[in-house]
Amino acid sequence: MRIYLDNGATTKMSQTAIHAMLPYMDTIYGNPSSLHSAGQAAAEALADARQRIAACLGCSAAEITFTSGGSEADNQAILSAARLGARKGKRHIISTAFEHHAVLHTLKKLEKEGFTVTLLDVHENGIVLPEQVRDAIREDTCLVTVMYANNEIGSIQPIREIGAVCREKGVLFHTDAVQAAGHLPIHVQEQNIDMLSLSAHKFHGPKGIGVLYARKGILLTPLIEGGAQERGKRAGTENVPAIMGMAAALEEACEHLDENAAKLTGLRDKLIAGLSEIPHSILNGDAVHRLPGNVNFCFEGIEGESLLLLLDDKGICASSGSACTSGSLDPSHVLLAIGRVHDIAHGSLRLTLSEETTAEDVAYTIQAVKEVVAYLRGMSPIWRELVSGQREFIIQ
Amino acid sequence: MALYSEKVMDHFRNPRNVGVIENADGIGEVGNAKCGDIMKIYLKIKDDMIEDAKFETFGCGSAIASSSMATEMIKGKPVSQALALTNKAVVEALDGLPAHKVHCSVLAEEAIKKALQDYYERNGIAYDPQQFPNCESCTHCTAEN
Repeated sequence: MRIYLDNGATTKMSQTAIHAMLPYMDTIYGNPSSLHSAGQAAAEALADARQRIAACLGCSAAEITFTSGGSEADNQAILSAARLGARKGKRHIISTAFEHHAVLHTLKKLEKEGFTVTLLDVHENGIVLPEQVRDAIREDTCLVTVMYANNEIGSIQPIREIGAVCREKGVLFHTDAVQAAGHLPIHVQEQNIDMLSLSAHKFHGPKGIGVLYARKGILLTPLIEGGAQERGKRAGTENVPAIMGMAAALEEACEHLDENAAKLTGLRDKLIAGLSEIPHSILNGDAVHRLPGNVNFCFEGIEGESLLLLLDDKGICASSGSACTSGSLDPSHVLLAIGRVHDIAHGSLRLTLSEETTAEDVAYTIQAVKEVVAYLRGMSPIWRELVSGQREFIIQ
Repeated sequence: MALYSEKVMDHFRNPRNVGVIENADGIGEVGNAKCGDIMKIYLKIKDDMIEDAKFETFGCGSAIASSSMATEMIKGKPVSQALALTNKAVVEALDGLPAHKVHCSVLAEEAIKKALQDYYERNGIAYDPQQFPNCESCTHCTAEN
């Protein structure tokens, strides 16, 4: 038995997506840049996929650039905006403290090149406010980049309002929508979004493919030089099968967005209610403005990696923001950004649901987490000190 | 999970010697909560022999497995042998640890040494402080205690 609750990391491909890909590995395998009929058949499919993806996002096909995934799209969006800004002498970028590393590390790189970066506070609930963006915008601000929904704690940002502030101030607005695409409504025009990144494998599409939407008129800087694919903005033969899979997966996700969100939200809230019964536990991220499938808790007195290993033994696939699972010595920067101290950030658990998750899975998971947390606390010297009063509880 | 050897997983899933020894003759605690791992070792010592060893650990899979293995390795042994236990021996007994987890075996070695130091001090036995770890000598984390 396996209960896969790590859909924030990646999802199982849908049958629709798989079937959409197969012909492009088998019969329609031409290179879209080739002049002959085999190539042109692939080129037609590519144009069709671009159109369908554009329709899902509320933009035009010419505004879609295919990338290798969310990280590349984030890199290209930020570096392009920085390049455009630098030309006008604008070298200030605004973002938040809990962005994905694809954003934060790109910003670090720009700082070394002389840019100034303001990382906004995201508060304990993991939400940045449009007023903060307004207050942070300067004369020399060239970009605001704020994620649509956080990958670890699921909190949803007021991107439409942030986009409106940016429009008013004439500053480019990029959003990393990797966790949101296919799960939350996206309409780039209505939401005042200038650039947006998404990745197919987060919504039951294939890995290694993503999209950078850039509003018409925004000049993208290529990260990969070579041929003239993607209007010269992204060289390399297009991954046609993956693009076809992505288009099918995105269409399917958008078509069922409301019903999926309703179902997942119900299961999510059951899971949250069940895990909240564990003493000295706390939900991370806003309880309401939250991705439909995201649950994230800290449990005091235990460490996340051992929790994950024991849950895996019980058939549950989950993730954690503990340092031991990240390979670094620090726990998740997201949990630190919402004010969780190191001691409890190490004891975090993220469970991310999918449309396949059942009420039985949720009930089983609640029971399993309760057992494992109790077991690990039983061998934890910190827990002993906490219950005996030698150490003060951080989570009441 | 392929991250760990079968031996590590066995000691993690079925840890030996978990618990507390009431009236222990030596107690050693290393690590801190900020770093994400704390190991506490309790020793019962009689006639210069480790009669019993127990542990409590807050930490990752390899920290729990290292505590379990290290306590197994010193039980029934003379104090001098327990004092000579190295983290390398613990790693070998566990059929290896991933490079970034070797620190956990160091904690096990140090927790045992601290427990022995505690035993020496309680009993007024002279010892060479150079033989024992101190937090300042560890460069693993930058956490303030």
